[in-house]
Amino acid sequence: MTTLDVSLEQAKAQYLADLGKLPSNGAPNWLNQIHATGAARFRQTPLPNSRMEEWRQTNIGPIVNTPYRSLVAPTAHGLGRKDIERSFYGAGAWTELVFVDGYYAPDLSLTPELPTGVFAGALADGIEGTGLSVVETHLNRYLAERNAFTSLNSAFIQDGALVRIGRNAVVEHPIHVLFVTSKRPPDAAAHIRNLIVLETGSQARVLTSYVSLTDDSNYLNNVVEEVVLGPNSQLHYYKLVEEGAAGNHLGTTEIVQDRDSRLHSFVMSMTGKIVRNQVCVKLDGDGASAQLVGLYLNDGERLIDNPLSITHVKPNCYSRIMYKGILDGNSHAVYAGKVYVHQEAQKTDSNQLTQNLMLSDNATIHAKPQLEIYADDVKCTHGATIGSPPAPIVFYFQSRGIDEAKARAMLTYGFAEEVVSEIDISELSERLGEYVYQKYSP
Amino acid sequence: MLEITNLRASVEGNEILHGIDLTINEGEVHAIMGPNGSGKSTLAQVLAGHEAYEVDEESRVTFLGEDLLDMPAEERARLGLFLAFQYPVEIPGISNAYFLQAAMNEIRVGRGLEELDAMDFKKLLNEKMDLINVPRTFADRAVNHGFSGGEKKRNEILQLAVLEPRLAILDETDSGLDIDALKIVADGVNKLRSPHRGFIIVTHYQRLLNYIVPDYVHVLYQGKLVKSGRKELALELEEKGYDWLRQEQEALAATG
Ligand SMILES: Nc1ncnc2c1ncn2[C@@H]1O[C@H](COP(=O)(O)OP(=O)(O)O)[C@@H](O)[C@H]1O
Ligand SMILES: [Mg+2]
Repeated sequence: MTTLDVSLEQAKAQYLADLGKLPSNGAPNWLNQIHATGAARFRQTPLPNSRMEEWRQTNIGPIVNTPYRSLVAPTAHGLGRKDIERSFYGAGAWTELVFVDGYYAPDLSLTPELPTGVFAGALADGIEGTGLSVVETHLNRYLAERNAFTSLNSAFIQDGALVRIGRNAVVEHPIHVLFVTSKRPPDAAAHIRNLIVLETGSQARVLTSYVSLTDDSNYLNNVVEEVVLGPNSQLHYYKLVEEGAAGNHLGTTEIVQDRDSRLHSFVMSMTGKIVRNQVCVKLDGDGASAQLVGLYLNDGERLIDNPLSITHVKPNCYSRIMYKGILDGNSHAVYAGKVYVHQEAQKTDSNQLTQNLMLSDNATIHAKPQLEIYADDVKCTHGATIGSPPAPIVFYFQSRGIDEAKARAMLTYGFAEEVVSEIDISELSERLGEYVYQKYSP
Repeated sequence: MLEITNLRASVEGNEILHGIDLTINEGEVHAIMGPNGSGKSTLAQVLAGHEAYEVDEESRVTFLGEDLLDMPAEERARLGLFLAFQYPVEIPGISNAYFLQAAMNEIRVGRGLEELDAMDFKKLLNEKMDLINVPRTFADRAVNHGFSGGEKKRNEILQLAVLEPRLAILDETDSGLDIDALKIVADGVNKLRSPHRGFIIVTHYQRLLNYIVPDYVHVLYQGKLVKSGRKELALELEEKGYDWLRQEQEALAATG
């Protein structure tokens, strides 16, 4: 065995050892089964490495070579809302669910009354009996076996966000789920599992965000979420990744859409050492639409990976991808978007574009938009751009009195603003616009 | 206010402007006409400070008493030079209001004035939009992004109105406009004429000059100003066409 394989094996052994520490009492049978299947798959699946096609451009060596200690029970966090107030957007009106190191913290959360049929809270509570069968019905039904970490996540399912929007319910304010990394022990991993279910005709906006109170600690957030859109439902989904400077995030979001459902997804990677936001959408009902918008801000020595897939299973569906990257320092980013159109999916309308703004000669981007089409009556486009602002645009600014440095900063802001302005929550789009503006001001 | 002496400019070793002399005084409107490819845009871009053009060492351009050729483009703008582009670029993601406020404040700071805050600027922008008759929706639209050809030209005039330069160069602002749009643009320019502001109106056709009546007309042909006169020269050109010029120049070359 090579040294790489040795440390991989050590990391894996550590995960398995911690699995054994999960409290075994009380879990319902169906959950025990999910745990057992996840654990078995994890045992069989090698950890991601550069010999695997999907990971060739995404070197997560620093993650797989760290024998992270998995958290298996909540600890007293000692935090107040003050400590995390800058991570809220709702000014008191929104539902705000706070999780600390992967476990629900009701004392930090705000839970204003929601319409009948709407539940927003902890998955753990959903498992233990809110009288809802939603968890048993949906949990782990949609997750394809993406990699060893998603299997590991299933093996560890304890807590995370549970959002269920009942039939025809419309939730006025966004539901914000905030995941805080606090003073976890060094080299700790949290396996977070979210479930978002929109029943027929319902509408909601859900924001999940990941923040850290420490920039020094090497940690891993291993996140899996399943999102279900029932017939004619509409979800605005937002994800913000603001992990600590030494923190890592591996996320997989698995979305299944029934007929005429509408998804607007916005994923923004702001900080964190290694950040991977996988989003997989299955358009499984006639007339469904999915829009995936993304913004990744990369710099320093960081790595950001955006693997996307949209599968058109049924006819008359629409999909759109617009992912933008701003790439600075010695950072490395990957965009891999794949749109599959099944034979049955006639009249598919799909477009995919990734645009990447290079701020440094030493930053790299591997952009790979792909199309795989088995139907004959479809309209599909895909494209990628990589570069810096064209000289005529910079000259235009100068001709108006704005020097080159300021012009480039404004253009960087404008580049991001074009997607940030698609956010339909004004509190959020303003704050993120301001964030980008500050970050790139000269 | 602008004095051009023996201006020679080239691109990648090819000389395009072969020695231009031109003086413009405060309040004057000069039209520069000429066939396509004669160097009109090159002259406009060289004056605005585009770095793709190499200017001959012997050439001199002073603007308000300062040596223009030594200045980067943004300083020329701050001093009071403005170019309305023949092909204005599109800038997605940056609103007109944000762009113009930034530009205006750079120029104000350059002139030793206080910056305008967003409120005061908004008021001023509204006034200017009303003055030159562009819809107020222009403010929040991204600069020229998705604008029609006519809207882009009108947006250039809006910028001119807001930035209040001392000398404005309009490069084919009339091209691609129908007669109604042309009148609106000309009307805007006429409102901005003042005893302290000079204009260079670059155009291929005489049409625009029916609405913006120039004090002087110059003909640029193959990189040289070959004729200058009063506004009647434009009509003469319209009548006889640019072929007349070509023949005259060829005859000159044969005898000279
Ligand atoms: N940036 C450039 N690179 C190469 N050639 C140029 C450039 N700008 C102008 N030229 C050339 O200079 C000549 C004059 O062009 P231009 O100034 O655009 O003329 P006009 O505006 O009168 O139509 C043309 O032959 C054109 O091809
Ligand atoms: Mg031209």
